[in-house]
Amino acid sequence: MTSLLLAEQVLNGLQFGMMLFLMSAGLTLVFGVMGLINLAHGSFYMIGAFACASVAMATGSWFLGLAASLAAAAVAGVLVELLVIRRLYDRDHLDQVLATFALILVFSEGTRYLFGSFPLFLDVPAALSGAVTLPGGIAYPVYRLAIIAAGIAVAIGLFWLVGRTRLGIRIRAGEADREMIAALGVDIDRLYTIVFALGAALAGFAGAMLGTIQSVQVGMGEPVLILAFVVIVIGGIGSIKGALIGSMLVGLTDTLGRTLLPVAFSTILPPSDANAVGSALASLLIYVLMAGILVFRPSGLYGGRSA
Amino acid sequence: MKKVGILTAACAAALFAGASAQAGDVKVGMITTLSGGGAGLGIDVRDGFELALKQAGADNIELVIEDDQRKPDVAVQLADKLIQSEQVDVLTGIIWSNLAMAVVPAATAQGKFYLSPNAGPSALAGKGCHENYFNVAWQNDNLHEAAGAYAKDTGYKNSFILAPNYPAGKDALTGYKRFYDGDLAGEIYTKLGQTDYAAEIAQIRASGADSVFFFLPGGMGIAFLKQYAQSGVDLPVVGPAFSFDQGILQAVGEAALGVKNTSQWSKDIDNPANAAFVEGFQAEYGRLPSLYASQGYDTANLLISAAAKADVADADAFRAALAAAEFDSVRGAFKFGPNHHPIQDIYVREVIKEGDVYTNKIIATGLADHADAYAGDCKF
Repeated sequence: MTSLLLAEQVLNGLQFGMMLFLMSAGLTLVFGVMGLINLAHGSFYMIGAFACASVAMATGSWFLGLAASLAAAAVAGVLVELLVIRRLYDRDHLDQVLATFALILVFSEGTRYLFGSFPLFLDVPAALSGAVTLPGGIAYPVYRLAIIAAGIAVAIGLFWLVGRTRLGIRIRAGEADREMIAALGVDIDRLYTIVFALGAALAGFAGAMLGTIQSVQVGMGEPVLILAFVVIVIGGIGSIKGALIGSMLVGLTDTLGRTLLPVAFSTILPPSDANAVGSALASLLIYVLMAGILVFRPSGLYGGRSA
Repeated sequence: MKKVGILTAACAAALFAGASAQAGDVKVGMITTLSGGGAGLGIDVRDGFELALKQAGADNIELVIEDDQRKPDVAVQLADKLIQSEQVDVLTGIIWSNLAMAVVPAATAQGKFYLSPNAGPSALAGKGCHENYFNVAWQNDNLHEAAGAYAKDTGYKNSFILAPNYPAGKDALTGYKRFYDGDLAGEIYTKLGQTDYAAEIAQIRASGADSVFFFLPGGMGIAFLKQYAQSGVDLPVVGPAFSFDQGILQAVGEAALGVKNTSQWSKDIDNPANAAFVEGFQAEYGRLPSLYASQGYDTANLLISAAAKADVADADAFRAALAAAEFDSVRGAFKFGPNHHPIQDIYVREVIKEGDVYTNKIIATGLADHADAYAGDCKF
């Protein structure tokens, strides 16, 4: 393995991590602030991708589709919060899991009813297509660089929002003590609706960004959701910083594990066995990472509070 | 008014009684995937099957359709229900090999017939074969073998091959290697359901390969092809038809143009049965048929041909009628081998654009009169 290939794989790992961050940022916000386990987060991801694909197909503009994905997922988030989630805050986590799992089924079959069972077409816009040669001679797809940039922008935006704005102060206060900030005159119901819509919009954005280079189809959100849960457990529930670090760790571990493990095993095993063992182990690697981190930091890397 | 109603009911009852007493009546239970991921395949099989019944006016065949949600446990429950309370004579419809493995051996052991419109796991083709199990599509390895043969004929010397890490993925790479005799620049098993292939594409780029073979069904293939097209790697790609069927191609778009893929069916196969099928399917459902739809259509026509010759109550005669396969397949020549799996031509197709629609056209025959590698292990 050359150092050039290794550098490219590190870049791929970072890019994969950014994809995961877009998805897990919203999830950790909702989980941390509202104490809600939202399995339907993957459905907002799917809604974002479908909104982007259908608007891009109708108007021919991918960027309009991206805007539509934010709007559609946020609106869906508001509706879901008002109609369903609001009734779940005082219930235990099992009820939340059941109700939001039901939402997955409703959204999946509803999407199938509207769009049919076949995957939709969504392609990279001309402005972001093709590959560029980076310093060092790595040919890298422009769109993947755009994903990294979008992830960095979202991270900066969220740190600013949570750390520097009035809304951010309320979000942090709501995380710390729900009754107390309600007593201080903050409309906690509205705050929760806003946070939930923000989380949904982030998932929708992720869905549109990633749907573009993946497959826009019913049920696309659930595999990503599992990885996003791994990320927020590693990073610490409710911490944006944790979600960022956790995403990077998971992205790098997964990508490098996938490429390096088979190579490493081939030094001690015959090639076909090395391949089989290496790829089997690589798919476990992020869960091993999660277990390892939980042994030393039971509430995750940046999860100070006991939830 | 009331009188008319009673009369109609009486007529209907008489008709029904008449029909069910007729020889050649068959009750068919279809278990297929109609919801969740992969529903497009089941819907195509169902639509193709129903179209054949409709075109033949086969009102001696009663069809009960159930949705397995792609879950083996659900499929097993549905099979029990269809066999015990619906008392079907024939089962069909399963798309996925793991579901077929859960349902087929039990159903055939109870004396039911099973006609597979899609899944063809090697375990049911070799030692685990059964005289009542007929595969109307292919043995799982077949299309991959044709891809390997095509790569060899084209003169590829250094292929990079990848497939998901599960039984059908391993069968795929085994099938390819059975006919391809060049070197391997790399061999990768990806995670099942993986959506990001940046790491694999980087390895392909660095490997010095002269061609890429991949088997990534459904959404995985869409993701791989889109990312591959963006990566700047431009090695020729070969794959089985599963990543290039009519339902998927529109979602991949331009990225698939020119890719070679192997299939036992294509909409441009020139025979009257295929023309009637393609035209009828478009008229009925408003879309082009996929290879899954063609398999559903052939399965139904096989059943119709057997029901016309023998009574399903006479299992030996019905089995012989099925094995004779005297129907006009949309694939052209079609016959069963000794293990009741197809012997058929497998074509190489190229993805083209017709107007606004992406579709396939045949450019060569990959393997002629091809049987599967497991037939020798099958003893009824």
